[in-house]
Amino acid sequence: MDSLTAARAQMAFSLGFHIIFAALGIGLPLLMVIAEGLWLRTRRPEYLALARKWSKATAVLFAIGAVSGTVLSFELGLLWPHFMEIAGGVFGAAFALEGYAFFLEAIFLGLYLYGWERLRPRVHWLCGVAVAIAGAISGILVLSANAWMQQPVGFAMQGDRVVSVDPVRALFNPAWAVMTTHSTLSVYIASAFGVAAVYAWGYLRGRRDAYQRAALRTALVIGAVAALLQPISGDFNARFVSRFQPTKLAAMEAQFRTQRRAPLRIGGWPDLRTGRVYYAIEIPGGLSFLAYHDPNAVVQGLEEFPRDLWPPVPIVHVAFQLMVGIGLYLVVVAALYWIMAWRRVDPLPRWLLRLLVAAGPLAFLAVQAGWTVTEVGRQPWIIRDVLLTREAVTPVPGVQVTLGGVLAVYAALSATLTWFLLRLVRSPQVPEFPIAPKAFGGGDRAEAGPCDLKS
Amino acid sequence: MRLEELVAGVALLALIAYALLGGADFGGGVWDLLVPTASGRAEEHRVAITRAMGPVWEANHVWLIFVIVLLFTGFPAAYTALSVALFVPLHLALLGIVLRGAAFVFRSPGALVAGRSPLWMHAFRAASILTPLVLGMCLGAISAGRIRVASGRVVSDLWRPWLAPFPVAVGVLALAVSAYLAAVYLTVETEGTVQEDFRRRALGAGAVTAVVAGVTLALALVAAPRFWGSFTGPLDTPIVLGAVVLATLSAWAVYHRRYHLARVAAAGEVVLLLLGWGLAQYPYLIYPHLTLWQAASLPPTLRFILWTLVPGGLLLVPSLWFLFTVFKGRNPTAERAERGGPEAAGETYEAA
Repeated sequence: MDSLTAARAQMAFSLGFHIIFAALGIGLPLLMVIAEGLWLRTRRPEYLALARKWSKATAVLFAIGAVSGTVLSFELGLLWPHFMEIAGGVFGAAFALEGYAFFLEAIFLGLYLYGWERLRPRVHWLCGVAVAIAGAISGILVLSANAWMQQPVGFAMQGDRVVSVDPVRALFNPAWAVMTTHSTLSVYIASAFGVAAVYAWGYLRGRRDAYQRAALRTALVIGAVAALLQPISGDFNARFVSRFQPTKLAAMEAQFRTQRRAPLRIGGWPDLRTGRVYYAIEIPGGLSFLAYHDPNAVVQGLEEFPRDLWPPVPIVHVAFQLMVGIGLYLVVVAALYWIMAWRRVDPLPRWLLRLLVAAGPLAFLAVQAGWTVTEVGRQPWIIRDVLLTREAVTPVPGVQVTLGGVLAVYAALSATLTWFLLRLVRSPQVPEFPIAPKAFGGGDRAEAGPCDLKS
Repeated sequence: MRLEELVAGVALLALIAYALLGGADFGGGVWDLLVPTASGRAEEHRVAITRAMGPVWEANHVWLIFVIVLLFTGFPAAYTALSVALFVPLHLALLGIVLRGAAFVFRSPGALVAGRSPLWMHAFRAASILTPLVLGMCLGAISAGRIRVASGRVVSDLWRPWLAPFPVAVGVLALAVSAYLAAVYLTVETEGTVQEDFRRRALGAGAVTAVVAGVTLALALVAAPRFWGSFTGPLDTPIVLGAVVLATLSAWAVYHRRYHLARVAAAGEVVLLLLGWGLAQYPYLIYPHLTLWQAASLPPTLRFILWTLVPGGLLLVPSLWFLFTVFKGRNPTAERAERGGPEAAGETYEAA
């Protein structure tokens, strides 16, 4: 494996790993504060139990997200030094702001997780709100930096050097709004469906108490709203990409030739040698309509661009199909759940619960696929039209070794986390009640926050 | 002052904050390794360390990210050169950072429904030692002028800049200082025999720190003459002397069980040491090839960084103050004893 491939693999694995925890670190706090808010309003114990349990999951997932995010902030330079030499002073503005957001997130998360006993309930809840808001802002700012790599503006180069810069323009680059909306919705979708899957699984195995139902309902409120909004945001993205990043759009839809009334290809496998797509279902004019809201519009094909500037078409195409397919699946499943809930179907049918269980991992797969479309679709550029990925890679030999290390460490972490989360899910909820012994009829059940170590 | 100096100053302050706070968290891992197993108080020690770190370690860790972001935004050429020249130790630091963070949450008993895994306990200790050690070695390599850059490209090899006596000494010094800070902080957050244990540990770590600091300075004379020259020059001498005075004061205060004073003095000592280091380093980011001006971004970016300090600081300072008063304001063990245990504490949440 050459250095470039190893560096790309290391970056891809580090990011793919981080994205899962980043998503949960933004999504779970929202669920957590909704549950605690409902507890404060309704005083129904299941909501407090949920807030407690979700805060325990958040404690671990956020920590993994924080350290894996640190890895990325170093890897940007370790793997792509020449990229950072150019980009650091331009898109760094987004990271400088993100630093504060992340700081606030970590501070208020510490207060939230360890403050159950020390803060008054409303203050405690507000700390949770601060975590949810700061987390979302932090994600938006990181995505803004990424959007700049897709749509680099706000600077001028002379040869290899940046000679003028406008950090605010770089921060609010044209791709900023569409990309951050899409990604923010996606992390709520993934977190909500991930949580719903856990409780649907419990429900299937016969746990149908108020706790289980409250969990499903809370998760699927967020999941349904975000999943329904996502196609609208997707439409904005598609039109944006078709205007500004034509090679990415062409790769997403495996559009080899420039075509009026370009069809939407569902599924299929693009063959680079023949420039054809096999086994796809084609909807005539579909792509033209989606990209330009006009079924007769002309869509630029890959043939317009030099062969060495094509992104890896099959990967981008398949990832795009996966993302869209799963997105639609999630809309349908959420709609079915709410129809059942509306009609007070009780208990929920087993087939729906199975669909919900599958929706959890699928939602995360969709996040990964969407990220693949964005980043692989940007190739061969690291900064589109400015710097090629292969020009940015580190001159240091031995990236293959560090890649192996990253894989080994993250595999060990994943195994431990899975084990931990399974234990957490299976642990009984009742003894988790931290407080309010009187309300729950017993004085000795009081349990402390994570910091309270009754050895 | 010029823009470049202001941004570098901010980065230095963030680095100092990281050393004071994040450093102590790594020191906690050192004391987790050195719990008094024979005395039967090992568990109490672990509990004290975990309780001290739990609410704050993630916020403390963000200071490092802050330093990195300031470096790559404000001084991308330096960040790039360091990433290439210190490819190996920075990867090792990352290994330590990931393992320490993960192991802390996996081993933290309150978060664990499943009991502790010995493997992650070991990972926690090993990573807590590895991280300050290699980060200190990186600092040593930078100060000693062991990183070579020619026409924008790093020309020094993968190992030599940081695997040498002086960088190793700086690494060990960073580790010793971290352990010292942690022990001093822990005396404020414990009581009884455990407090006495940490008092003895603080005195021991203080003695080790003094010896290592002496050795490091002596090595600097040979291995980093320019650094030694500035560090003992007219500008730095008062600062270095101040650090020595504060170090002595903190040891004296620990010995006489005046722990709050010891905490302030120990922190002040580290602040002065790093300020002195920063001044000795000036105007170089990477001696002898990259000055602040050679490595800096263009003025609009530097101005942007400085402007973000205003809203950022307005949000950050009160939040940090809130975090630390809630969890560090009073001795947590004493507080629990006063209030009669977790049942009484529970009423806090029930009250409203």
